[in-house]
This record gives sequence, C-alpha cells and structure tokens, in this order.
Amino acid sequence: MNQRNILAAAFLTIVAVFLMFSALFMHPFGEPTSQAMDQYIIDNTVGETGANNGVTSVVFDYRGFDTLGEATVLFTAVASVVMLFRRLKK
Amino acid sequence: MKGMSTIVKTIANIGFPIITIYGLYVIAHGHLTPGGGFQGGAIVASGLALLAVAHGTSWVESKVKEHDLSMLESLGALGFIGLAFLGLLMGGAFFSNFLVDTSMLFGAIPVDGAANINTGGTLPLMNFAVGLKVIAGLFAIVLVMAIATNKEED
Repeated sequence: MNQRNILAAAFLTIVAVFLMFSALFMHPFGEPTSQAMDQYIIDNTVGETGANNGVTSVVFDYRGFDTLGEATVLFTAVASVVMLFRRLKK
Repeated sequence: MKGMSTIVKTIANIGFPIITIYGLYVIAHGHLTPGGGFQGGAIVASGLALLAVAHGTSWVESKVKEHDLSMLESLGALGFIGLAFLGLLMGGAFFSNFLVDTSMLFGAIPVDGAANINTGGTLPLMNFAVGLKVIAGLFAIVLVMAIATNKEED
C-alpha cells in the first residue's frame, strides 16, 4: 500500500465518523424541522393573498424572489439555445 | 420536416384547441386550483409542439417567427419584474401583493375562505406573465431546434 491509499483511507474514515455522528442526532424521519412557518402560511394564505392555492401564494408572493431566479434560469436557457441553433442554421 | 399524413394533421388540428384551452385554464386558475404559470405554459407549448410535428416546421415557420417568440418571452419576463417593482413602489416591499383587498381588478377579498377568479391580487397577473414567458420560451426552443436539425438533413 502506498502513501496515497493510506491518506485516502484516513480521510474516508474521518468523513464516515462525522456522517455517523450527524446521523445519530438527526431529526426523526418525516417530521418537519420547524412548523411555525408552515402554520403561518396555512392560516394566513387566504386572508393575505386571496388565493386558495397555497403553493401559488408561496411561489409568487411569500417567496417571489425565488421565482424571479427561476424565471431568470428559463430566460437564460432559451436565450442560449436560440443563439446556438440560429448560428447552426446558417 | 415535411409534415405527416392527413390523418395525423386532422387529429392534431382537433387536439390543439382542446390542449390550448386546458393550458390557458390552468394558467388563469393558478391561484385556485393546482397548477400555475409554469405548468399551464408547458401544456400550451406542448400543444404547439404537436402542431409543429404534425404540419412540419416550414408550415409553422410561415406562420410565426422565432424572433417574435423571443420578443414575447422578454415581454413576459419584463411584466413579471415590472409587477415585482410595482409592489416595491406601491406596497413598500419587493413582490408585495399590493392589489389584494382593493377595489381594483383581482382585488376582491375571499368570503369564508372561498377564493374566486377575481381574488388573488397580483398572483393571477404574475401567472399570466410567467405563462406567456413559458409558452413563448419553450415553443421557441422546440421550433429553433426543429428548424436547425431540418436544414442539416436536406
């Protein structure tokens, strides 16, 4: 065994130990980490945004900034594909 | 691509309005039922792709130019960001829902938790903007790819 393999094995052991430690203190499976935000949105969606669809009210109102990034990703994808294939056409 | 047989063209002509109306319904009812601008836009764009496959790209190219599609997509993006900045101006925060609980369009407040098509504030407007953007963007991708690969073959 050369030095590199020993180094890799040591690194792997350290990472595995850290992962196991974090797995011991993990949240119970399936339970949300924090319910305050969920309950606020469930209680106030209809009154604050006037929408029955809670997902839309989160996507376009409470977390609108995230959707702005999503729209930017789509815009960039379309712009780059159109640019690439327009050049290919000629 | 020269287009397919008459059977395929007829079926596509029958199916296209139904798919389009369903997609527009998903966009317009984004704040009431599952779905929204992204999902409805993808449905409408798939209907347009069906037309492009059935009739051939040269037929579609004679009806609509990819340049106009890019312009529509930018218009949708501008509308979306413009609504967000309007929220900054009128509601005091970026993406603020300034239309809700006013007498303007989409400003009605839901009675007993039951929203209708006229509620939601800026949510329906943002759904329209994003829907326009997704329709134009996805169809532009499909059209441009079809045209480019078509020119290579012949």
